[in-house]
Amino acid sequence: MIERLRARARSLNVTLWTLIVPPTVWAAHFLFSYLWAAIRCAKTGSFSTAPGVFWACTILALLVILASGWIARVQSRTPGDHPPHEEGTETDRLRFLAYATMLLAGLSFVGVLFTAAPVLFLSDCR
Amino acid sequence: MVMRQAIGMLRGRATVPLLLALAGCNQQQSALVPFGEEAAVLRHLTVVMVAGAVVIALALAALMAWAVRAPEGRLGLRGGERLILVAGGVLPTVLLLGLLAYSLPAMRPRAVAPADLRIAVTGEQFWWRVQYEPAGAAPVTSANEIRIPVGRTVLLHLEGRDVVHSFWIPGLAGKTDMIPGRRNVMAVRATRAGLFRGQCTEFCGLSHALMAFDVVAMPAAEFDRWLAAERQPAVAPAGAGKALFLANGCGGCHAIRGTGAAGAIGPDLSHLGGRTTIAAGMLRPTEANIAAFVRHPERFKPGVRMPAFPQMSEAEARAIARYLKGLK
Repeated sequence: MIERLRARARSLNVTLWTLIVPPTVWAAHFLFSYLWAAIRCAKTGSFSTAPGVFWACTILALLVILASGWIARVQSRTPGDHPPHEEGTETDRLRFLAYATMLLAGLSFVGVLFTAAPVLFLSDCR
Repeated sequence: MVMRQAIGMLRGRATVPLLLALAGCNQQQSALVPFGEEAAVLRHLTVVMVAGAVVIALALAALMAWAVRAPEGRLGLRGGERLILVAGGVLPTVLLLGLLAYSLPAMRPRAVAPADLRIAVTGEQFWWRVQYEPAGAAPVTSANEIRIPVGRTVLLHLEGRDVVHSFWIPGLAGKTDMIPGRRNVMAVRATRAGLFRGQCTEFCGLSHALMAFDVVAMPAAEFDRWLAAERQPAVAPAGAGKALFLANGCGGCHAIRGTGAAGAIGPDLSHLGGRTTIAAGMLRPTEANIAAFVRHPERFKPGVRMPAFPQMSEAEARAIARYLKGLK
């Protein structure tokens, strides 16, 4: 199962576009959090005590970030020549982009957690 | 010459901490001298955060000093990577998460009950409309001074009338914007009695910096007596002042309870004699200051909405001032 997933991950290609997936998910979650709180407060006038939609979206964002981080991790370990991977080759560029994506995924994961944390403590719309 | 330069540099260095220390001298308008629970929490958080930042900065400086002095290759590739992972990734994440978790409970809003006193404060160019709305009683209008009972939760309903203002009593709680068409609510509780000060903290026009107010935190029983007295019509002193006040059309903008003056454009003056300042925290409430302000408000507040009364004689202005000063 894991091996199959890994093979699938290896077949995907990390590019500059996939590099921005984790921070984009983080930004989208950030925007969603504010909109969710603002719209809820405007429509119902009270802050939700069990915000199911919010946590579902947070978990979804975390899963997407985790997945893209994991794919990046697999690709950053593309076998081949010895380190340091600093040549202007396709493989080295792939490793670099994948490694950067993985680091960004880590940052975005923590960012989403930090964004979501206040909801645990807020209890009304003031 | 060199000696003098050295002394100059030393003096320059000493000035910064001295200036910082001076911030502790202000007892009326300082977030470092709280008289409310919210401000106390904020000060505590500030101290913890600053202490945390200082520790991190010192540790980083020590690491840099070590890195500059250490012989090349001291760590090796693996060691270097591990250092970056731990000191650059794990440690900041854990520290920030810790500080965040520590500070988040301060976001939890204060619980309020329907019986809590509400005070509606409206920011206007360049003064404060204040309305006390106790539960189950008619509201009481005042201006440019806020009195709050010690030990009771008070709800502040904050709104702007013309432009965006910002309401800040540093010793009581954080800052809240006053936005036209939107009511921001803040719940506060004062912990000790005294005379404090608030200030508009969002640029709102020419006299933005001259838009302040005094805050009187009073023991709860004393506050109740004060509010009951404030509700009553003003007791006017004898003299020509009242007639002059009405004849000059002051009542078109200002209200004085118990007289014909019922204007709602400018500040309510019903108990002006009992206030600690005039002109929104700017002038001591002396007769001379009131008279001068009545004739030429623009000299004290550039951009003020109130028209000047240059045609009014000094004696007339004095009579009005005596009347207003006597409104207790």
